[in-house]
Amino acid sequence: MSERITKNMARNIYFGGGLFAILVFTGLTIDTVKQIPKLSHDDKITESVARGKVVWEENNCVGCHTIMGEGAYYAPELGNAFPRLGANDEAAFKTYLAGWMAAQPLDTPDRRKMPQFHLSPEQVNNLADFLIWTSRVNNQEWPPNIKG
Amino acid sequence: MKYSSQMVAKPYFIFALILLAGEIVFGLAMGVQYLYGDFLFPAIPFNVLRMVHTNLLIVLLLFGFMGATYYLIPEESERELWSPMLAIITFWVFAAAGVATILGYLLVPYATLAELTYNHLLPTMGREFLEQPTITKIGIVLVVLSYILNVTMTVIKGRKTTISVILLTGLFGLAFFFLFAFYVPENLVMDKFFWWFVVHLWVEATWELILGALLAFVLIKTTGVDREHIDKWLYLIIAMTLISGLAGTGHHFFFIGTPEYWLWIGSIASAAEPVPFFLMILFAYNMAKNRRIQHDNKIALTWAKGTAVVGFLGAGVWGFLHTLAPINYYTHGTQLTAAHGHLAFFGAYVMICFTLISYAMPILRGRPHGNGPKAQSVERTSFWMMVIGMIGLTLALTAAGIMQIEMQRLRDVADALDFMSAQAAISTVYGVRLAFGVMVLLGLLTYFYSFFVKEEQVAA
Repeated sequence: MSERITKNMARNIYFGGGLFAILVFTGLTIDTVKQIPKLSHDDKITESVARGKVVWEENNCVGCHTIMGEGAYYAPELGNAFPRLGANDEAAFKTYLAGWMAAQPLDTPDRRKMPQFHLSPEQVNNLADFLIWTSRVNNQEWPPNIKG
Repeated sequence: MKYSSQMVAKPYFIFALILLAGEIVFGLAMGVQYLYGDFLFPAIPFNVLRMVHTNLLIVLLLFGFMGATYYLIPEESERELWSPMLAIITFWVFAAAGVATILGYLLVPYATLAELTYNHLLPTMGREFLEQPTITKIGIVLVVLSYILNVTMTVIKGRKTTISVILLTGLFGLAFFFLFAFYVPENLVMDKFFWWFVVHLWVEATWELILGALLAFVLIKTTGVDREHIDKWLYLIIAMTLISGLAGTGHHFFFIGTPEYWLWIGSIASAAEPVPFFLMILFAYNMAKNRRIQHDNKIALTWAKGTAVVGFLGAGVWGFLHTLAPINYYTHGTQLTAAHGHLAFFGAYVMICFTLISYAMPILRGRPHGNGPKAQSVERTSFWMMVIGMIGLTLALTAAGIMQIEMQRLRDVADALDFMSAQAAISTVYGVRLAFGVMVLLGLLTYFYSFFVKEEQVAA
C-alpha cells in the first residue's frame, strides 16, 4: 500500500481529512451546545443546585465516586443516588444524605472509607439538590439498572 | 550531541523519571487501599492518592515531552535552541509549581486548598484530572507558552522539517485545548461536555501528533531510513488520528446528557481510532526492517517498537473493546475503563518518553553510540518487567470490570449486587492487580539501576 502513496498524497490526506474532521466536529459541537439546556433541564438549576455543584467540586467527590459514569471507580455511582437512596422522595433523600454525611467515616474495619467533610447543613442541602437535579438529566436511560 | 543547547533536555528527563516513580508508588498505595480500606486512612484518603497519581502522570508526561522536544528541535532545526536559559527557567518554575501543588494535595484537605487558593474567584477545581488549583493552572499555561515560544522561535529561525512542524502543531493544540480547563459552567452536562475537550482532545488527538513526531525522530536516527519515507508514514498516521479522533470524542458523549446522535457518531468514528495506532506498528516494524544503519543503541529501537505495539494494545484494542455504544452502556464507569486507561497511557505516552530518554540520555551523557551492552541488557530486562507488569495489571482490571458488570448490571435487579458488594466479591482480582503493580515498580527500579551499570573497559 505504502509504495503507491507518495508523501504529497499523504500530506493532502492529512490537511483535507483534518480540516474535514475539524469542521464536522465544530458543527456537532454547536448543535450539542444548543441542545444541552433542554436535555439537562437547565431552567431547573436553582441557586442551591449551583452551590451544590461547588460543594461537589471543592470536596473532590469525583476522586472516589462516579457521576453519570465519570470519575473514580472506588465508590458508588451518584448520578442516580436520588432514586437509589432516596426512592425519588426529596425529603427522604435529604434526611438520608444528612445522616450519611454525619456518620462518616464508618467504623467498619477495612471497608473502603469515606472521609468526614464537615459540611454545614446548608451545604448538605445544596449537595442533595445538585444530585436530585443530576438524576433528572436525560442521559439515554443510563445506568442499566438502579444499582448504578 | 550536535548542539550544546540539547543539554537542557537532561533535567527534564531525570525529573520525569522521578515523577514516574512517585506516580507508581501512589498507584500501589491505592492498590493496597482497594484491599484494606484503613490503609493510610484518614491521613491520605483515596481521592488524594488518586489525584496525586493522575496529576503526577500528566506532569511527568509534560516534562517528558518538553525534554524530548528540547533534545530534538535543535537537531531538526540545525541550530542551537532559541533560548536555553528560558528552557532552564521554565524547568525550575514548572518543577517548583508541581511540587508545591502535590504538597498542597497531601498536607491540607482539598476544600481547604480550594479556600487557600481563592478557588471562588475563578472556580476550576474538583474535576477529574483537572484538580489543580486555579493558580497552578495559570502557571501551567505560562510554562507551556514559554516552552512553545522557545520551540517556535527555534523552528522559525532554522530548518523546517515535517517532524518539527507536526510536533509544533501538536503543541499548539495542547495549549489551545487546555484553555477549556478554565471553563466551568453551572450546568454539569455542559461542564462534562467541554471537560472532554481537554481530556480527549489531548490524549486522543493533539498528543498523538506529538507522539507520532517523536517516534518518527527516533526511527530516523536509529534506522537511517530516509525522511521522504518517514514523513509519508507520519502524515498518514496523524491524518487518521484527526479523522477518527475528533469525532471520536463522541464515544464520551453517550450517557452524560448530550444528544442521542452521539451514540452513532461516537461509535462509528471511534471504531476507527485503533487505525493510527495500527499504522504506528507497521511504521516502526517497516522502518526497522528497511534500516540503512545498525545503530549500537539497540534498546532505543526496542522501546520505539514497544511504544507502537503496547500503544496499539492499550489505546487501540482496549479502547475498541468498549467504544461501541451498546457495549459501553454496560461498561461505562467500570474497572474496564481503568484497564484501558492504564495500558493506553503507559503504552503510548509513558513508553514514548522512555524511547526518547533511552535514545537521548546516553548521548547527553557522552556515549554517542548508546550505553554499553551490559547496561542495555539490564535495560532490556526492565523493559520486559514493566511491559509484562502493565499488561498483567490491565488483564486483572479487565477481569475485575467484567465481573463487576456481570454481578452489578447484567443480572435481574433482584439478583444484582450493589456496588460495594460487587467490589467485595472482586477483591482477589484486586490482589492480582497489586502484584503486577509491584512488578512494574521493580521494573522501573531495574531501569534506574541500568544508569549505573559499569562496563568493562575495552582497550581502544
